[in-house]
Formats: sequence, C-alpha cells, structure tokens
Amino acid sequence: MTLVWLILIPFIGGLLCWQAERFGDQAPRWIALGTMLLELAMVLGLWVGSDFSLPAEGAASAWTLEWQADWIPRFGIQVHLAIDGLSLLMIALTGLLGAMAVICSWKEIVQRVGFFHLNLLWILGGVVGVFLAIDLFLFFLFWEMMLVPMYFLIALWGHSGSRGSSRIGAATKFFIYTQASGLLMLIAILGLVFAHHGATGEYTFAYADLLDTPLSETTAWWLMLGFFVAFAVKLPVVPLHGWLPDAHAQAPTAGSVDLAGILLKTAAYGMLRFALPLFPEASQAFAPVAMTLGLIGIFYGAILACGQQDLKRLIAYTSISHMGFVLIGIYAGTELALQGVVALMVAHAFSAAGLFILSGQLYERLHTRDMREMGGLWGRIRGLPGFALVFVAASLGLPGTANFVGEFMVMFGAFGVAPWIVVISSVGLILAAVYSLFIMQRVYYGPPREETPLAGLDRRETVLLFGIVALVVFFGIYPQPLLDTSAGAMQVVQQSVQQAGAMTGGAQ
Amino acid sequence: MSHATTMALLAISPLILVCLTVIVVMLSIAWQRNHTLSAILTAVGLNVALLALLFGWTLGTVDVTSVLVVDDLSRFGGVLVLMSTLACVTLAHHYLEGYEGPRDEFYLLLLSAAAGGLVLVSARHMTTLFFGIELLSMPLFGMLAYTFRDRGALESGIKYMVLSAAATAFLLFGMALLYAITGTLDFAELGEALSTYGSDPWLLAGAGMLLVGLAFKLSIVPFHLWTPDVYQGGPGPATTFLATASKVAVFLVLVRLFQSTLAFHENWWHDLLGFIAVVTMLVGNLLALTQNDLKRLLGYSSIAHFGYLLVALVVNEGLAVETVGIYLVTYVLTTLGAFGVVTLVSSPYVATGGTADASPLHHYRGLFWRRPYLTAVMTVSMLSLAGIPFTAGFIGKFYIIAVGVEAHRWWLVGGVVLGSAIGLYYYLRVMVTLFLHEPGMQRRDATHDWAERAGGMVVLGVATLVILLGLYPTPMINWVNWVAG
Repeated sequence: MTLVWLILIPFIGGLLCWQAERFGDQAPRWIALGTMLLELAMVLGLWVGSDFSLPAEGAASAWTLEWQADWIPRFGIQVHLAIDGLSLLMIALTGLLGAMAVICSWKEIVQRVGFFHLNLLWILGGVVGVFLAIDLFLFFLFWEMMLVPMYFLIALWGHSGSRGSSRIGAATKFFIYTQASGLLMLIAILGLVFAHHGATGEYTFAYADLLDTPLSETTAWWLMLGFFVAFAVKLPVVPLHGWLPDAHAQAPTAGSVDLAGILLKTAAYGMLRFALPLFPEASQAFAPVAMTLGLIGIFYGAILACGQQDLKRLIAYTSISHMGFVLIGIYAGTELALQGVVALMVAHAFSAAGLFILSGQLYERLHTRDMREMGGLWGRIRGLPGFALVFVAASLGLPGTANFVGEFMVMFGAFGVAPWIVVISSVGLILAAVYSLFIMQRVYYGPPREETPLAGLDRRETVLLFGIVALVVFFGIYPQPLLDTSAGAMQVVQQSVQQAGAMTGGAQ
Repeated sequence: MSHATTMALLAISPLILVCLTVIVVMLSIAWQRNHTLSAILTAVGLNVALLALLFGWTLGTVDVTSVLVVDDLSRFGGVLVLMSTLACVTLAHHYLEGYEGPRDEFYLLLLSAAAGGLVLVSARHMTTLFFGIELLSMPLFGMLAYTFRDRGALESGIKYMVLSAAATAFLLFGMALLYAITGTLDFAELGEALSTYGSDPWLLAGAGMLLVGLAFKLSIVPFHLWTPDVYQGGPGPATTFLATASKVAVFLVLVRLFQSTLAFHENWWHDLLGFIAVVTMLVGNLLALTQNDLKRLLGYSSIAHFGYLLVALVVNEGLAVETVGIYLVTYVLTTLGAFGVVTLVSSPYVATGGTADASPLHHYRGLFWRRPYLTAVMTVSMLSLAGIPFTAGFIGKFYIIAVGVEAHRWWLVGGVVLGSAIGLYYYLRVMVTLFLHEPGMQRRDATHDWAERAGGMVVLGVATLVILLGLYPTPMINWVNWVAG
C-alpha cells in the first residue's frame, strides 16, 4: 500500500490546498509543503529500509516493493506499481524538488494560491505515478495526465510574452507536442499488446509479460520508434525540442523547476525502463542515430544558449545541451554510462532547479528576465550572486560538483562503444563553460545599471539555496549512495543491451 | 392473445410507453397549461419507459412483426436515447422558464423525437428505418425553431428542415433503387441479395444514396455543412438532443445496416469509407480551430468525433462493435456535460431577437471564478472530448486506436492521432478561457441556484460519471461487451 499512498498523497494534498484557500493564502502553502515533505519522508524511509542490490537468480521478482490489483480485466490491465532503485531515486527527487517548488513560489504566486498548489501537486502526483507504474496502460495514463496541470500552471500563472509569444501559446505548444507524441506511444503500446495477443492469445499490458514478446525485426523497429519519439519530445531531443524554450520562458518559477528538474527526467526514465528493455535489438540498431542526435543536441543547445537575451530561455537551452549527454549515455548502454546517466539526471535536476530559482528571485527583484537590463548585480544583491556562481560552476561540470561526476561517467562509459561521439561531445563541455561564464559576466559583473541596492536574500531563500548547494557538493564528492541505489536497476538494463548486442553480433 | 404477441408487446413496451406519454402530456396541456406539470409527466413517462426497457432485457431477442427487432443492441441504444432525452427534459424545464410563448409543446416534440429514436434503434427493415428517421427529425425542426422569434433559432430550424428533406430524398431514392433490383426491403434479405447480385451499378448507386442520407444526419464530411449553423442557432435543449440522442440512434441503425446488409466485402468500399473517415476527422477539427463561438465549436467537434467513430465501422471486425458501444456511451456523456453547461449558462431563456444562447466564447471568460463547479463540469467535458486520461473520453479514444491498430489500418490510426492533436488546440482554448481572470463581456451567467435544479444535478452527475468511468471503466466495458457479445 505504501506505493499507492505515494501516488495518492500529492493528489489528496492538492485537493486540500484548493479547499484551504478559504482560510487565507498561507494555508495552501503550508499544506503543500507538508504534503511534499511527507512524500519525501516516505521515500527516504523506503530508501533506508530496503536493499536495492539485484536479487539472486530465480527470485520471484526484481522489484523491491510491488503492489497490484485488477483494473480492466477485459484487456488484462492492472493497477500494477513497483519500485526499484531507479524509481526510488526519481521519486525522492520528485519529493525534494516538489518541496523546493512550493518554497520558491511562496512570494511569487499571490493570486489564486489554492488552485496553483492544486496544479503543482497534481503534476508531482502524476510524475510519481509515471515512476511507479509498470503496467503500460497505467504508465501511459500518468504520462498524459500530468500534462493537464502543467498546462494550467503555464497558462494561468506564467509570465506574459516576451516578443509576442504569450504564455497561453507556450502552454498550448507544450501540450500539443507532448500529447501528440504520447499518442504515438499509445499506438506503439497497443501494437506491442496485439503482437503479444497474437503470439499467446491473451491481452496483457504488464511490463514483465511484454518483455519477452516475440517481434519481427520491422515491427520491433517501428514500435521502438513510437516509444522513442514520445520520450524524445519530452527529453527533449533536438528536432523535437520546439516547445521547451517557450514553455520554460513563460512558466512560473515553480513550473520551470518541475519541468527541468523532473518532467525531463521522466523521458530518460522511460527510455531506461521501457524503450531499451522492451526492444533491445531495435534499440541497439538505433543507438548510433540516437547518439548522433544527442551530440547534435549538445552543440545546438549550447550554441543557442550563448545567443539568448532572456535568462530563462538561456537556462532552457542549456538543459537541451545537458540532456544530449543523457541520451548518449543511455544508448551507449554500458553499465558505467548508465550509472553516469543516473548521476547526471540527479545533478542536472539540482543545478537547473537552482538556476531557475535564482532567475525567479532576480525576476521578483528586477521584474525582467532580459539580461541586457541586468549587469553589475554582484554589488547590489547580498548573497544571491555567490549562489549563482556555485550553480553556474555546477552547470559547466566543474569537478567537485555532482554534474562533473555524471558527465565524466557518461563519457568514460561511452568511450568504449562510440569513441568519436565522445571525443566530439567533449568539445561541448567547452561551450558549456562559455555559456556558463556568459551568465556570470552579463548578469552579475560589468558596470551596474543603477547603484541602489536591491533586497538581499531572506531566510527562506537562503535556506533553500543552501540546501541545493549542499546536495550538489555532497553528491559531487560522494556519489556512491546514488550509484549503489541504482546499480541493480542499471544492471538489468545493461544486461538486456548486452544480450541484444551478442545476438545481433552472432547474427552477423 | 398468443404468447408471441405478449412477448412482442412486452419487448416493445418502452416505445409504447413513450407514445402513451405523448398522449398523456397532450391531454394534460389541453386540460390545463402547467409548465412544471408537463415536464414532470414527461420525465415520469420516460423513466417508466426506461424501467420497462431494463426489465425487458431478460426477454432476449424478440422479433416484433417483421420490421422491428428488439435485441441487446436496440436496448443499448434505447437506454442511451432515453437517458439523453431525460437530460434534455431537465435542462429544458429550466431553460423554458424564461420563454413567454407556449412552453409545454416542447415536451411533446421531445417525446415524439425520442419515440423516433426508439424505432430507429430497433429497425431491421427499410420502412422502419425511414419511419424512425422521419419521426426523429420532424419534431427536431420544431424544437430547433422553438424560440422562433430569434432569428438564429428560426434559421437553424429551417436550415435543418430543408437539408433534411434533401437527405430524405436521397434516402428514399436509394431504397427505391435497392427495391427495384432486389425486390425486398428487409435488411437481412437485402444482405443476401447484395451478395448474389454483386456489383450491379444500380445496386451500388442505391446503397450509396442510402449512405448519403444517413451521413447527412451524422454530419459526415462532405454532408456536414448544416451542422455549425444549426448547432449555433438552436435553443440549448434542442441542440443537446440533436447532438446526443438523434446521432446515437442514426449511428446505431447504420451499425445494424453494416452488420446485416452492407457488409461490403470489396476492399474499395472500405478504402472509400476509410478515406471519408479521415477527411471527416481532419475537416471537423480544422474548421473548429478558429471558432469563437462555443456551440459552433462543439458542432465541428462532433463532426470530428463521428469521423473517429467511422473507424470502427470501416474495420468492422474484432473489437469494432464493442468500440462503437463504448465510444457512443462516452460521447453521449461528454456531450451532455458540455451542452448541459451551455444550456445552464443560457437558462432561463432571454429573448434577444438574434441568437438567444450564451454561445460566444468570451461569455465564458473567467467562469471558474464565478461558478467553480459548473466550470469543473465544462473542464471535465473538454478534457474528455480531447481524450485525456482519467476521463471517459480517453477510454473511447483508446478503443478507437486499438481497433485501428488491431486491423493494421495505419492511415486511420494516423488520422486519429493527427485529428486529436489538432483538436487539443481548441479544447484547450475553451478550457483556459474558463479560467482566465480578466472579466470578459459577461452578459449571461448561470443562475445562483443552478446546482439545486434538476438540470444542474444531471449535469453534475454526468461529469461525475465521466470521471468515474475514466478511473474505473470496467462496468461500462463489461456491459458493452455483453451487448456486443
């Protein structure tokens, strides 16, 4: 039941927030914070109390905790939830970033507070559902469902247009991109289910059963593409990234934090959990294309980031660049690279969240995100620029931060598989340094536009930022707890890739 | 009375009861005009008919004369028709309170149309098909033009009448051609004859004309041109009936035709129908994109939804019948929710001379901050129309895609995906309008006591059902599966 509660708590908390609005603006905020902390505490409790190493050969199941109930027997659909090291890490991240999102919008959101927190918590509930569901129907349901509150978050509380792009336009774009690609995934899921039905005569959406569906090469290829496109839109992979900069630029801070910190990770999670293990051979054949796309993403994101005037758009493009590394790591398929992907996902969640929170705080003080209006802020705001330096350093992958660990492991792990990709992508690291220093230079150094000091960080903001910095540095120095937790899950993925490699290698 | 006759009478009793209700309401009006009494009598009559229908389920398949058959499919259709009619009655009562002219006759028309729907879902002979369609459409002319002092309503009624007449002409001509070649009007015998006569050009022309006539009623492209105007102009309750009961009944008779008669074995028929389905989805969705009038927008969206439904007919195997059932249930519920909200916001009727209902989209701006629960209903309906998970609409869309994937009809599946993606744009636009804070040109609003009225309760109930069936569709699936059995 713990798993069910993990999903239900945010949804119930959201409803409470909505209703609590009648007791004033503070009530929903505290309830939302409490909800997320409760969620976090539950996950951490699970973390401490469980063993995530792979079970012995022939054990009943590979999951640490499992829960299932019949739902739609007509198609063999179950409410089937399960958790392993990877999903646990992701859910912990969701809880943590959820709490941060609540804290950072404490003063930013002053209108319709209850409804705002309803949407915020429902997004998080949906994300937790995505990480827990291992029935493909249920997974798809959560995958699509979390778009709706996100849409509202951007459309109703977003920032109105920079250069004519409105927040509603951005929200709609986000929704249509992800929903349409999601339907492709639904087709792929159904294709898989009918293929299984054809082979065994029974309908099932269960992950474990579908894993060994016999597929012809072309079928597997098309179905894999259906999954890949859905995940690629959300990651985002470059030709499909159009929604991301707009959505980030117009979203409220909490929305950006969730979007960059968690929603993008659902895509990487989906690839690791579904796309690779369900279609190992097809994925193996597709890997060079995917890695090339990742490479393009690294450069495209970094180069476009350098040209942005809007601070949040800049950070959004850096996300594209970082996700390029994630994509390369996933399709490299070695254990080291996969573990690096996990570390990089966690690290990027923290650094991107930190940068978005900072830009939100700057916006609260300056009422602009345009970097041409900034400059020389180092002397004008107490505290904030120092934090910015830390997150920027993390973003460019400075040793000692978690990002370095992740990127290093991905590149190290991928080198044996695709040396040239790694060599070229390492040039991207230099571009990362360029855009990161751009941020520092243009926002915090240079001649100040005015001399009047701006409000410094208050206690809420300081504690929040300190928390993130501590995590970035901690996992930069001692990433082992992360790696231990995800090791089992990553070994499973790696084995399926390896077997596929052996099979295709044997065929040739 | 012989046993067979008793059985037949029992089986057809819902239809008889609805017709009796027409007479009772008419007598009651003749005796004393009382709006509420008429509405209550109508509702009671419909409920009794519904109960009779449900109890009749134990009888199994009963042939009522050689032109009507009462089986699971017709009972399924009867439930949908009667339920939507009931919802229309509750909505109409509130709506008509503001109408100065005679109010009671609306219920007579509504009941007659419902009787037509019941005949149609049981039809297995061209005569009953024709009779049902006309009995369904004729009262609708009157209902659509009921508030005839409004130009919009009058236009809508007349437009529907003229174009319906054209469709009827097609229908009759088609039947005549079929009869001329085969010498029979019975669906099953026609089916046999079709397979023996093969591709006689007159036969094909007849079948084609028959389809054109039905496609007009279902507003399938290219016979959809009347839809937006009629939806926009007609009074709320009449449009609601048109969008739900009338379309369901016609679609079910089409299903029956396909099952027995027009099971075209030649591929080009399927390809042609598939092409029409894709065009219908795309045209409906594309034309809805720029609409600023909610009722027009819903009209176009209904075109698109029948395009999706056609997928099941094109495939016509495997999950097809089940898909039709599921999709019709979800479509009816969702449409009742959406039109219910429009009608409630427009209730009670206020004469304007132009278009009486609150249909321009800007009326709904910021509705959430004035009527949160009503807006929740509308939001749920929009999400369900868009096919977002955890609403009933998603289950419908899931079935449509499943049926397409199962039959490997990738073009159709692609059309559904593309159509849904386009559709999202305008559903989202409606949704976000409801929540925007800036006050719009607010002229109309639902009355404060909307939720305590029968119409409001029905609408809330419908929205709850949409959510519940989205969360736990198993009862619905079991029911439809058993019907499709």
